[in-house]
Amino acid sequence: MKKFPYYPGCTLKQAAKHFETSAIASAEAMDIELVEIQKWNCCGAVASLTADDMMHHVAPIRNLVRVQEMNEKGMVDNEYRLVVFCSMCFNVLKRSAKRVKEDADMLKTINDFMDTEEDYEGNVEVKHFLEILDEIGFDSLTRRVKKPLKGLKISAYYGCTLLRPRGIGIDDPEAPSIMERFIEALGGEVVDNPYKSLCCGSYHTVGGNKELVAERAYKIINGARDNGADMMITSCPLCAFNLDDRQELTKKIHPDFQHMPVLYFTQIMAMAMGMEDRAGLDGNHIDARPLLRERKLLEG
Amino acid sequence: MAKKNEEKMITVYIMGKAYRVPFGLTIMKAMEYSGYRFIRGSGCRAGFCGACATVYRKKGEYKFRTALACQTTAEDGMYLAQLPFVPANRNEYDINKINPEKNILSEYYPEINRCVSCNTCTKSCPQDLDVMYYIQAAIRGDYKEVSAMSFDCIQCGLCTARCPAEITHYHVAQLARRVYGKYYSKTPEHLLRRIEEIEEGKFDKEIERLKSMNRKELEKTYVERDLQKLPRGEVNGE
Amino acid sequence: MTEVIQISEKSKDFLKKVEEISGEVITLCEQCGICTTSCPMAEDMDVSPSNIMRLVQIGDEGVLETKAIWFCASCFTCTVRCPRGIDLAKVTEALRQINLRKNTDYLDINRMDESEVEDLPTIALVSSMRKYTG
Repeated sequence: MKKFPYYPGCTLKQAAKHFETSAIASAEAMDIELVEIQKWNCCGAVASLTADDMMHHVAPIRNLVRVQEMNEKGMVDNEYRLVVFCSMCFNVLKRSAKRVKEDADMLKTINDFMDTEEDYEGNVEVKHFLEILDEIGFDSLTRRVKKPLKGLKISAYYGCTLLRPRGIGIDDPEAPSIMERFIEALGGEVVDNPYKSLCCGSYHTVGGNKELVAERAYKIINGARDNGADMMITSCPLCAFNLDDRQELTKKIHPDFQHMPVLYFTQIMAMAMGMEDRAGLDGNHIDARPLLRERKLLEG
Repeated sequence: MAKKNEEKMITVYIMGKAYRVPFGLTIMKAMEYSGYRFIRGSGCRAGFCGACATVYRKKGEYKFRTALACQTTAEDGMYLAQLPFVPANRNEYDINKINPEKNILSEYYPEINRCVSCNTCTKSCPQDLDVMYYIQAAIRGDYKEVSAMSFDCIQCGLCTARCPAEITHYHVAQLARRVYGKYYSKTPEHLLRRIEEIEEGKFDKEIERLKSMNRKELEKTYVERDLQKLPRGEVNGE
Repeated sequence: MTEVIQISEKSKDFLKKVEEISGEVITLCEQCGICTTSCPMAEDMDVSPSNIMRLVQIGDEGVLETKAIWFCASCFTCTVRCPRGIDLAKVTEALRQINLRKNTDYLDINRMDESEVEDLPTIALVSSMRKYTG
């Protein structure tokens, strides 16, 4: 088993436990052991965008120092690629890592400020798990599949932080294909969605703008449904909340709306790897199990 | 003689004014020596109650230091100011009515999500707690971790006074410990057993005997008391 | 007849301030409107993204009062599409920050219903605090 430093992020420890369970199972299926970084802190989602703000880069950089320490302690073997599953954490950590790599003065200021930490040397590479899979090769993924997702029509939902901005995103922001290649590798049927990278409304879900989010969910989910999708996959817990949990509100506003399961990409991977019991299928708001049983992909 | 005493004197600046005080006093005693009287903001004078949070700077240092005034020795050239109290709201909750499966800490103290991981709270804690990490654990709803990490908190409020995200750390930790104690920690069976024994009247006779004693007899009994030795492992029921 | 807009020193200072905080050269914008057509929130905004850029260019501080700057969800769609290479997400962030740095929050979490807060995932709380509170 190859060991990778792993950053879970706060939501994977709470509302998205099924994301983490299935993520660990999926990694194992690829002979990857995820070693959770010790004493990690919230990445501080969302990324701080202003030129003069350094404070909000401290949290992400502190986590990168932890990765450095793991290497020094031998918890991982000279592995500076930090594996992240949550799109938002990925985006935030990568942006900060990139920013201090390009700005030595800023790195020095942050290192001086964090006087209780060793200096961050700038060597950590923040990687989304999909990128790691792509590096290993999706053909290798296919070879390990035990139960191909035959006949399951899956639509990829990228959202924002996995793709944008350029230089941070893991694929072409206008014409991404990595999730589609992932679905194909698992034996699923790819269904396109014109709104696969349309913003779900993000943190507008907090406060008085929930309806705006529910409207986005209506548009995005119907985009997939109109093309014949059975379900959607995502890698962002905030998108998942807005598209999965907020479906109740969407239904309230649009009585014609039909529910659709929205799963984490690792959940369908764990299933295809024959690890249904670790796919966390009881964690989604809209239960995908009836659909999976109907398609003979799940027993019982 | 006077000269010798003079050598042992130091100068401290209390709210900007210079005072000569003997070397070796705690900050609290140095302030009292200078004529200040503590009506609030002082308690056990032994580092346990957390009432005497203080802030200071040492001579020639940029660091803004925090401590308990009763536990820190005054040094020559120190700038001192006592924090009488740190304003903080303790939000109302009914521990019996909450759903611990939900994110209770975020619900009652949503500002924890504003943490920027600057670590100032940890650096300000006179109990050497890892305050920032228990707030991080609170963000992800890990009651057990928060409880364990915050157990020695004396609620002095220094973390709260220094936090740029305006978090009231110690109230968050207290809620976490209460949730953990109520819903997750092991039931202390020895305590339940003892309560049963009390209710059954096992100690009534002994209490009556103590109540009938005069002060002298009571003191003698206390001095000669037999310290019960509990078998290992029975102390905290775990 | 052509109307000439005189930009006062105060307005120039405001433009400069937004450029400094955002790190973007706002005068590069030539008002093509691609940002507005790309913006998933434009239909809910009182002022479109390209209008925001124009208002900043002429140094109109009224832009700070618009709802639009709070509707921007930092989805970076305009950022990847701007033909002039301007990162508009950074500009709206700067405008929000100018407001938030005055110690005024856009969202008062204490006024939110507790039962609603307990159902929100951490990621939603953390990100909304970052965007709505100073």
